[in-house]
Amino acid sequence: MFRGYLSMRAVALGRGPLVAAGFLCVLILATLVPRPAGARTIGYEEALGRLSDRSFRVKAAAIEAIATGGDERARSLLEGLLKGEVFYRKSDRRILYARKSQTGYRIRDASNGADLGEVGKREIKKVGLNNRLRRQLRGALAGMALNDPDPRVRRAAVREMMGDGKAAVRLRARLPLEQDEGVRADLGLAIALDDLHAATANTRLAAIATLGASLEPEVHNRLAAMAEADPDPAVTAAARAALFGIELRRTLNAWAETLFFGLSLGSVLVLAAIGLAITFGVMGVINMAHGELVMLGAYTTYLVQQAMPDAIGYSLLVAVPAAFVVSGLFGVAIERLVIRFLYGRPLETLLATFGISLMLQQLVRTTISAQNVAVENPAWMSGSLRINPALALTYNRLYIFLFAILVFLGLLLILKRTTLGLQVRAVSQNRAMARAMGIRSARVDMLTFGLGAGTAGVAGVALSQLTNVGPNMGQAYIIDSFMVVVFGGVGNLWGTFIGGLTLGIANKFMEPWAGAVLAKILVLIFIILFIQRRPRGLFPQRGRAVE
Amino acid sequence: MHKSGFFKTLLIGLSAGIGLCLAGALAAADTIKVGILHSLSGTMAISETTLKDTMRMLIEEQNKKGGILGKRLEAVVVDPASDWPLFAEKARELIEKEKVAVIFGCWTSVSRKSVLPVVEELNGLLFYPVQYEGEESSKNVFYTGATPNQQAIPAVDYLMNELDIERWVLVGTDYVYPRTTNKILEAYLKQKGVAKQDILIDKYTPFSHSDWQSTIANIKKFGSQGKKTAVVSTINGDANVSFYKELGNQGISAEDIPVVAFSVGEEELSGIDTKPLVGHLAAWNYFMSVEDPANEAFIQSWHDFIGDDERVTNDPMEAHYIGFNLWVRAVEKAGSTDTDKVVAAIVGLETPNLTGGTSVMLKNHHVTKPVLIGEIQDDGQFEVVWRTGTEIPGDAWSDFLPGSKDIVADWTQPIFCGNYNTKTKTKAKACLER
Amino acid sequence: MGVSRVLKGDRGGQLLLAVLALAAVLVPLLNLAVPASSPWHLSTYTVTLLGKYLTYALLAVAVDLVWGYLGILSLGHGAFFALGGYAMGMYLMRQIGERGVYGHPELPDFMVFLDWSELPWFWHGFDLFWFAALMALLAPGLLAFLFGYLAFRSRVTGVYFSIMTQALTYALMLAFFRNEMGFGGNNGLTDFKDILGFDLQGDGTRIGLFLASALALALAYLACRYLVQSRLGRVAVAIRDAESRTRSIGYRVEWAKLFVFTCSAMLAGLAGALYVPQVGIINPGEFSPLNSIELVIWVAIGGRATLYGAVVGAILVNYAKTTFTGVMPEAWLFALGGLFVLVTLFLPQGIAGLFARFRRSPPRPTEVGV
Repeated sequence: MFRGYLSMRAVALGRGPLVAAGFLCVLILATLVPRPAGARTIGYEEALGRLSDRSFRVKAAAIEAIATGGDERARSLLEGLLKGEVFYRKSDRRILYARKSQTGYRIRDASNGADLGEVGKREIKKVGLNNRLRRQLRGALAGMALNDPDPRVRRAAVREMMGDGKAAVRLRARLPLEQDEGVRADLGLAIALDDLHAATANTRLAAIATLGASLEPEVHNRLAAMAEADPDPAVTAAARAALFGIELRRTLNAWAETLFFGLSLGSVLVLAAIGLAITFGVMGVINMAHGELVMLGAYTTYLVQQAMPDAIGYSLLVAVPAAFVVSGLFGVAIERLVIRFLYGRPLETLLATFGISLMLQQLVRTTISAQNVAVENPAWMSGSLRINPALALTYNRLYIFLFAILVFLGLLLILKRTTLGLQVRAVSQNRAMARAMGIRSARVDMLTFGLGAGTAGVAGVALSQLTNVGPNMGQAYIIDSFMVVVFGGVGNLWGTFIGGLTLGIANKFMEPWAGAVLAKILVLIFIILFIQRRPRGLFPQRGRAVE
Repeated sequence: MHKSGFFKTLLIGLSAGIGLCLAGALAAADTIKVGILHSLSGTMAISETTLKDTMRMLIEEQNKKGGILGKRLEAVVVDPASDWPLFAEKARELIEKEKVAVIFGCWTSVSRKSVLPVVEELNGLLFYPVQYEGEESSKNVFYTGATPNQQAIPAVDYLMNELDIERWVLVGTDYVYPRTTNKILEAYLKQKGVAKQDILIDKYTPFSHSDWQSTIANIKKFGSQGKKTAVVSTINGDANVSFYKELGNQGISAEDIPVVAFSVGEEELSGIDTKPLVGHLAAWNYFMSVEDPANEAFIQSWHDFIGDDERVTNDPMEAHYIGFNLWVRAVEKAGSTDTDKVVAAIVGLETPNLTGGTSVMLKNHHVTKPVLIGEIQDDGQFEVVWRTGTEIPGDAWSDFLPGSKDIVADWTQPIFCGNYNTKTKTKAKACLER
Repeated sequence: MGVSRVLKGDRGGQLLLAVLALAAVLVPLLNLAVPASSPWHLSTYTVTLLGKYLTYALLAVAVDLVWGYLGILSLGHGAFFALGGYAMGMYLMRQIGERGVYGHPELPDFMVFLDWSELPWFWHGFDLFWFAALMALLAPGLLAFLFGYLAFRSRVTGVYFSIMTQALTYALMLAFFRNEMGFGGNNGLTDFKDILGFDLQGDGTRIGLFLASALALALAYLACRYLVQSRLGRVAVAIRDAESRTRSIGYRVEWAKLFVFTCSAMLAGLAGALYVPQVGIINPGEFSPLNSIELVIWVAIGGRATLYGAVVGAILVNYAKTTFTGVMPEAWLFALGGLFVLVTLFLPQGIAGLFARFRRSPPRPTEVGV
């Protein structure tokens, strides 16, 4: 059967068949050689028109012509292409800028900027790109950005061009003109990296000295090659020494990275579990619908984003209180309708809330969709904070870690410093006595459960930034949450916090050698054995109430 | 013993008997029943609910055309609830109790494996619409999804030839499909001269895995050693969302390390914010973005049926479209819905697919399909960047696995066996028994 | 005779055994002797379904034994059930022999696929039925013994115990999902051919399995009944209602608990072993913590501490599931979830409690501990 495949022809999309290799050659020619010999130079307008072609080869040539043509409209066009804002009209193949509007798309002519009104989704089509074109665009834009007035843009451009042998000439040309210190430093690195390929041993030695213990991966790769096979023994020795320093720093960075991964996983566990620490730990209610309350929080985030599509950046700020209210209200309803009849029978709350969790899942499936929904990451949650070339902390996990601490401190404050907190603790320690003191225990129960549920909803907002949002997402967290609460010690928020982080870190340090599954199994076994040793968890609650 | 006990049981038995009898009588003679066996609850509901709706739509359309053989089609929908033993039970219910002529269903391999003995025992028909690992061919099952040679191998060829990839990371969920695919790919890559240290098969992850930090850090490290690296992902379902989110956030763009996925389609992408993923690849036999009149008509009727213009179409839906049409043609050709007659009639039948070609039902109960490589766009669609010129026949038994190299499936006489060794010219024991 | 003494005063049990006996006669008759065209014919589908319900009922009895009488809520009985099932599945796998896809005389297909060259040590012996049957009891029994020994000794009780059992079954599920474990990974064990030489697809074999399940349920019921009426059973109830008091009186609470818990796990294993040949597949999904919760709910719905209530609950919920998933596939979770909530709220004694109220028999102790 497979023979059939081998004999078939590969066809490049577009104007007629072309053997794959040929396609490749033309592409390379089109992208790398500034102006292919014999090729007719085409103007900006003509090149623009060719962007609506279906063949990537034609598009690549057109982009090359636009990038090197020196037209002042080129940069914004190329940026638009990269952002996916350049379309063409199906009727007359005119190239347009298009922005999504209420009814469809608002379009603008790409050549003269004239506003052409609104059109429906089906009338226009985006100018499709592939990875090769994207790389070409990025390279071309970096070249243009090298002269940008903003030093940050120049710096990004230098980083983009780093390690690209062909771009080094332009970087060298830029160095004497550059005034900004930061950009100069990066330029120096990029040029030194290129100097590693220099013919004279002294230049190479100097480059090694300049690069020092730089953590750029290209430096490491080049040095590793030189340490093996440089013709000059002095260079080999210098490369080896530099390499040793780099590898040491890399190892340290790898440890730091794993620690961050662990803290991040731990903060997810803490967030998922901390609401449970209240309902289960403080009230003694086994709430199997806890995961579904988390899910409701995540769906609230989705709905908030649907309601404010133009302000995704602020959506999370709105979603956090909204999710707290939505999940909190669901929690209050569950408490009023079901749980309050079951106090003193914790295992029966388990059964009833399990029923509720099934119904909540189906509710979401029926009212929203059985499919996962897309929750966007706001721009400030995307990307990573680059500490050095070998260590970058992703923003979403960084913020979620901070958020987990914030939620924890907030709850701690509520329980320790407010009247409600005082009443909650009183009721959980001795219900009869609390009632005798005039505390309306039913109201306290309701509010406590609402607080726990609301916290679950808030956790849902955070989780929506990390993982999929679907009807089943709650189930993935329920068992882990119980483990964290039991491990940390029931009725103790500190226990949940420390327990969650500990388990997260332990998991991540085991993962590289054990694999994700085995690490998780080992953690579970550890908890089971730990509970045999200390049946009340890390931070046992003291007093008579625990019996 | 208590007398009333016997009496009550008798009563219960009587009423149960009457109930069964009524149920039998209700199956009127002028309809042909079509069983739909897709999970509507549980973990797989995410993917399978759509296929249930697709089948309903296809059946409705066929009825508008007058049904088959002058009879109306009637959909019988059951919910196996993502519970694998329940798949077998529901399949038995459909065939034995509901007397359906054919079943369209299953998504995961394990659900198919669970149903397989039942359809074989009761001589039913199953159309299975999802890409899978191969290594199987049954008289009673028609595999309308892709086999590894219709998805994985062309994709790797594309990466190797067009993107000059030299280093490979294979990541996947821990089940049979990723393991088989990776095994086939490993053999294939080695045959193409890729050195052992340039292939990294990462540790398999569980279903719905949500913490990909370590894996992606590992990929980053493996990919930063100078040679152009790509990731071949057989990560299943839900887990992809967090995988791609982490990928985007750790700053791996498609230009640095492209990821080609075999289980990520439009439906999965509709649950992800795709902006950071632009340029990553997927290999399928169908994309919603393919410009073809048949496809546009299909999308239109899907939107009309489901009442939502935002809903996407995907590869398994096309597989059901192909499977359903092939079945309709086979029934019309055979003049009957009888399993043996349909099995005899269907091999060699053709039907147009949605990408401008035709699908042929092969002797091994797989179909021919084109292979398309698409790049993810920021609107959740794929831009087709490459496609095979002709349709590729599905290969039930991979040529790259030592155990199945010489095995073929041929459901035409005189071989009529799903596991025939061409070297020793013998059939597997399972074939001889039947 | 002993049976009548054991069942004395147990109306529900008497009825149950009568129904089982009747079913054991009628089901084979209606399935084998009545022609398929007759409205009285019982399809093989129904026979298998009934057989499956009976194994679930047996499992529910095992849960009721520890929950109803010992006051321990185990959320891990699904694990014992699955272990029994895997033991039987391994036997059935070995019976396939050369009829597998790859035709290997000894190794199951998935091992050939994983490039294993020889049978792992823990697969040896499973080609013998008696060994597999023994392991179906011993493996869950041993696990329960070890787990119970550790937990009861350190006095892990109540909610903590429940959550630990949940962790246990969860860990086992993750472990069995791993292909490297040697139990077929996600796909589990399937494609069985025959048992003790009989074709598993044959109607006769299915009837045989149905009868075996009915017999196992009847015997297990009697054994449990005997156990709860014995001195040990009364100690168990004492532990359930006042553990520390029982301990201070001088009973070895830990050992009593351990004995009943281990027995219960072995019954669950037996149920699993009977379940697998009837449904034709065993995979790690059976370890899912949700399954274990669900089976506790069967018992709650049927009525705790009655044993026969567990049987009624298991059969009723599963029948409801079978019907709902067919009749209203899109909304059955609402119905099922609603049922759980309503029964917990309004029928704390379950259906058996309803019967008891109906008959105005003297109320049983209403406080059933945790």
